[in-house]
Amino acid sequence: MALQSKHLLGLDGTTREDIVTILETAKSFREVLDRPIKRLPTLQGKTVVNLFYEPSTRTRISFELAEKRLSADIVSFSASNSSVKKGETLIDTVKNIEAMKIDMVVVRHGSPGAPHLLSRALQSHIINAGDGGHEHPTQALLDMFTIHQKLGSLEGKTVGLVGDISHSRVALSNIYGLRKMGARIILCGPSTLIPREIEKLGVEIYFNIDEIIPQVDVLNILRLQLERQREALFPSLREYHNYFGITRERLENASKPILIMHPGPMNRGIEISSDVADSEHSVILEQVTNGVAVRMAVLYLVAGGRSETN
Amino acid sequence: MKLTKNVIISRKGFQSIPEDLLLKNGRIMDPLQKMDQIADIHLRAGRVKNIGKIPEDGFNGEIIDCKDKIISPGWLDMHVHLREPGFEGKETIFSGVLAAANGGFTSVCCMPNTSPPTDSQEIIQYIKDRSKNYLVNVYPVAAITKKREGKELSEILELVEQGAVAVSDDGSPVMSAEIMRRCLEYSKMVDIPVIGHEEDLTMTEDGDMHEGFVSTCQGLHGMPPVAEEIMIARDIMLAEYTDARFHVAHISTARSVDLVRQGKSRGIQVTAEVTPHHFTLTDEAVLTFDTNTKMSPPLRTEADRQALCEGLKDGTIDIIVSDHAPHSSEEKEAEYINAPFGIIGLETTLGLSLSQLYHKKIMDLNFLIEKFAVRPYQILNLIPPAIKKEEMANLTIFDPDQEWKVDTSRFLSKSTNTPFSGWTVKGKPFAVINNGYYFISIL
Repeated sequence: MALQSKHLLGLDGTTREDIVTILETAKSFREVLDRPIKRLPTLQGKTVVNLFYEPSTRTRISFELAEKRLSADIVSFSASNSSVKKGETLIDTVKNIEAMKIDMVVVRHGSPGAPHLLSRALQSHIINAGDGGHEHPTQALLDMFTIHQKLGSLEGKTVGLVGDISHSRVALSNIYGLRKMGARIILCGPSTLIPREIEKLGVEIYFNIDEIIPQVDVLNILRLQLERQREALFPSLREYHNYFGITRERLENASKPILIMHPGPMNRGIEISSDVADSEHSVILEQVTNGVAVRMAVLYLVAGGRSETN
Repeated sequence: MKLTKNVIISRKGFQSIPEDLLLKNGRIMDPLQKMDQIADIHLRAGRVKNIGKIPEDGFNGEIIDCKDKIISPGWLDMHVHLREPGFEGKETIFSGVLAAANGGFTSVCCMPNTSPPTDSQEIIQYIKDRSKNYLVNVYPVAAITKKREGKELSEILELVEQGAVAVSDDGSPVMSAEIMRRCLEYSKMVDIPVIGHEEDLTMTEDGDMHEGFVSTCQGLHGMPPVAEEIMIARDIMLAEYTDARFHVAHISTARSVDLVRQGKSRGIQVTAEVTPHHFTLTDEAVLTFDTNTKMSPPLRTEADRQALCEGLKDGTIDIIVSDHAPHSSEEKEAEYINAPFGIIGLETTLGLSLSQLYHKKIMDLNFLIEKFAVRPYQILNLIPPAIKKEEMANLTIFDPDQEWKVDTSRFLSKSTNTPFSGWTVKGKPFAVINNGYYFISIL
């Protein structure tokens, strides 16, 4: 098993077949996570470098655990304690790291296209762990994995992406991935947080949350970046919560149980109320567990889909 | 690259032309004189001695075969960043004028965003001293405001007396309508155009590219077209109110073209320029995240691109400029959001203009030549060069039909930041002659 692409730069450039392969592979890794011994020798001898140029807790830990579960040698690097501050260019930094003989780079960076830049400059496999407001492919893959796990398929399901769509890498990767898998996508948020011409990606746009709740199978509630208020994109957290916050009362209009998802970290009481986040339909923590399995699958497949032991 | 004799010579600078030089069999096109004929030109001591049929036999001097070439009055690129003083790693006045000559230009205007900026007589004098005795004439554009801060007017009268041909805070739009109004009023006294980089900065903060479908797909912050259009509308109204001359730098949107068209039809003194990259590329080029697609104003949509071609065709857009903006490779080989805006253009403008406009039948050669060899001079109140007996020769010679591959190793600019590397274009600079020097292009 292998992917058609040498890297995972985004779901925009990933084929449906590769997405299916990743999700299928993740299933078996997910089973491994429930075993008492969670370690596999799959990437023994491979070296993975985690380059985090932006703060991250869960994505970084998730990748590191996935790498450890596969027995890779890992090094993690964050911008705060790096030579970045000494004025070295990104290209120079990564070329120096690559000169130490590594196999894979997992990169999180504030600039859209940073993983693409690395893929042109390096020989190593590149996995995008979030590039600015562009893509976050492993997040979307774990979201899709979770939906598939809970609902049995993605085809024909209606997924509502709610909130701060503008410059949301989670939203964009979900749109690219879910569209390829045949899901229907509804975006809902304040008009100032919906980027221009996004409907051309084959999504529907609503501004009234109560209109979408009866239609959706899944609500993926995006984190509201609080600094957006300063940018005059919405007037107050109070108004945001009143019109776009997902609350138990709102969900009473649902025609069927809705899967509640959130990529984290949550602003409880703003985009999601605590009773919804902690409800029986919330799969937020399962997303996190699945994230490790999906990232194991991605690491394994991007490395060539060959286990060192067999 | 093969180091031909020309390359070696050109790296050293410009060569004086021999006492007698014969340009043989060129098609001489001088739009102002309505001249279009195949003939020979005899230059003596850099001056046109004779135009007509001049036999080679018995000619005692150097002969340049200009068969299939167009001989036009020298071209002026009105929007160039020479980067000196301050950023000599990107370009110097010397490397910049070499690049200009290599690309078919005999004159350039250099923009004031140097360090220090061109807001004082000293800097104007420095540019004049440093560009003295070259083939290429360098006309400084002075800053509208001191330090290009948009707060206090520069000493425009003195700067113009010293040699500035226009004023602009290029790269830093004058956000205050009041300052812009006063600048227009004040500049009227010396009858120079005020050049505006039109961008409402409050709408483009953090922007990296045109705001639209592609910026949405790429997750990049957008620069909305309306940020340009608002400022053009404002400044056309101010030009009308003050009855002054206003020139739109690097126009980029369809609506902007409409605004200039309406302004002209109302008799307002507004002119406009466009770059080859804006009439050639669209924002889809940014899909690669190649930082050589990052410039300000940004590449727009296909509808905008077509409107720019239409504006060129109907005369709304007066001239074509390169907006030559050199940046070092280490700056450009960066993350998209961290890369500087701008690309070089002196050595690709002629080829792209001929490919995109002449060969695609948007305009004929005569009209295209006007946009480089006549209109820029008129906008700046300079006398356009003429191919005339007894005049000093100021000539751009090019082959309109020759195909060539853009190869940055043949560029004489110090920088290579161009999205057109590897492109095949049709129409190639051949030689330039001016101020008693000549230069054969090595492109």
